[in-house]
Amino acid sequence: MGNHENTAAVHTHKDPVGARMGMWIFLFTELLLFGGLFFAYSVYRYLHHEQFHQAAMQMNTFLGTLNTIILLTSSMTMALSITAIQRGKKILSIILQLITVLMGAQFLVNKYFEWSAEFARGNYPGSPTLIAKGSGQTLYYGLYYTMVGLHGLHVIAGMTVIIFMLVFTIRGTINKNDYTKLENAGLYWHLVDIIWIFLYPLFYLIT
Amino acid sequence: MENEHSNVEHAANYGIYILVWLALLALTATTAIVAGINFGALSIVIALAIAASKSYLVLTIFMHLRIENRVFKIFLSVALLFFVIEILLIFADYSNYVR
Repeated sequence: MGNHENTAAVHTHKDPVGARMGMWIFLFTELLLFGGLFFAYSVYRYLHHEQFHQAAMQMNTFLGTLNTIILLTSSMTMALSITAIQRGKKILSIILQLITVLMGAQFLVNKYFEWSAEFARGNYPGSPTLIAKGSGQTLYYGLYYTMVGLHGLHVIAGMTVIIFMLVFTIRGTINKNDYTKLENAGLYWHLVDIIWIFLYPLFYLIT
Repeated sequence: MENEHSNVEHAANYGIYILVWLALLALTATTAIVAGINFGALSIVIALAIAASKSYLVLTIFMHLRIENRVFKIFLSVALLFFVIEILLIFADYSNYVR
C-alpha cells in the first residue's frame, strides 16, 4: 500500500490498465445514452410496425451499406495503427490514423447527400409531408434523425480525437512505449462503429 | 507486476485485423442480402443476431477484449445484462397494451 502511494505522489507512474478501464466506463455511459434511444425505437416500432416498414422502404439502402463498409474499414485501420505504433512503425501508424479520419469524413459526406435527398423529398422533422404520412412514419423519421444524427456527432468527436492522436504521434508523445491515448481513441472509434452496426439493420434493412 | 498491462502490448499482429475485417464485410453482405428475403417475424431476429456477431468480433478483436484483463469482460457483461433486463421489462409492460 505504502509503495503505491509513494509512486502516485511522484506522478511518474503510468497506469495503462486503469486508463483503459476509465475509457470503458465512459463507453458504458454511451451505452446508456444510445440504449435509451434504442429502447424508444423498439417500443415505437412495436406500436407502429406497418408504418416503420413503409418508411424504411424509402431509405437509401445503398448509401447505408456503403457507410457500413466505410466505418468497418476505418475500424480496421484504427486497430492496425495501434499495432503499427506497438512495433515502432511511426510513419505507418500516422498513415493509418489519417486514413481512419478520412473515412470518417467520407462517412459524413455520404450522410450529407443522404439527408439532403431526404430533405428534398420533404421528409424533414415537422414537415407537412411527414405529418400527412401519420404518426408512425413521423416517429420513424424523428428517431432516424435523432439516432443517426447523434451517431454523426460521435463520428465528428471521434475524428477530432484521432486528429489529436495524429499530432501526438507526429510529435512523438505517442510512441512505441506509450500509446495508451491512441488505444483509448481506438476504443471510442470502435464503439461508434458498433453503434452503427445496429443502426444499419434497424433503419435501412426493415422488410 | 508489469505483466498486467503487457498482454495487449504483445498481441500486436496485423493479420488478425484484416481477417476480422473480411469477416465483418461478409456478415454485412449477408445481412443486406437476407433482408431482401421475407422471414416474417424472424427477420428482425436474424438481423440482430448478425449485428450481435459483428459487435462480438469488434469487441473481442478490435477492442482487445479477448486479451484484456478479466475484470473488463465482467464489467461489460454486467452492463449488457442490465441492458437486456431493461428491454425485457419494457416489453413485459408494452406487450399488454397492444392488439
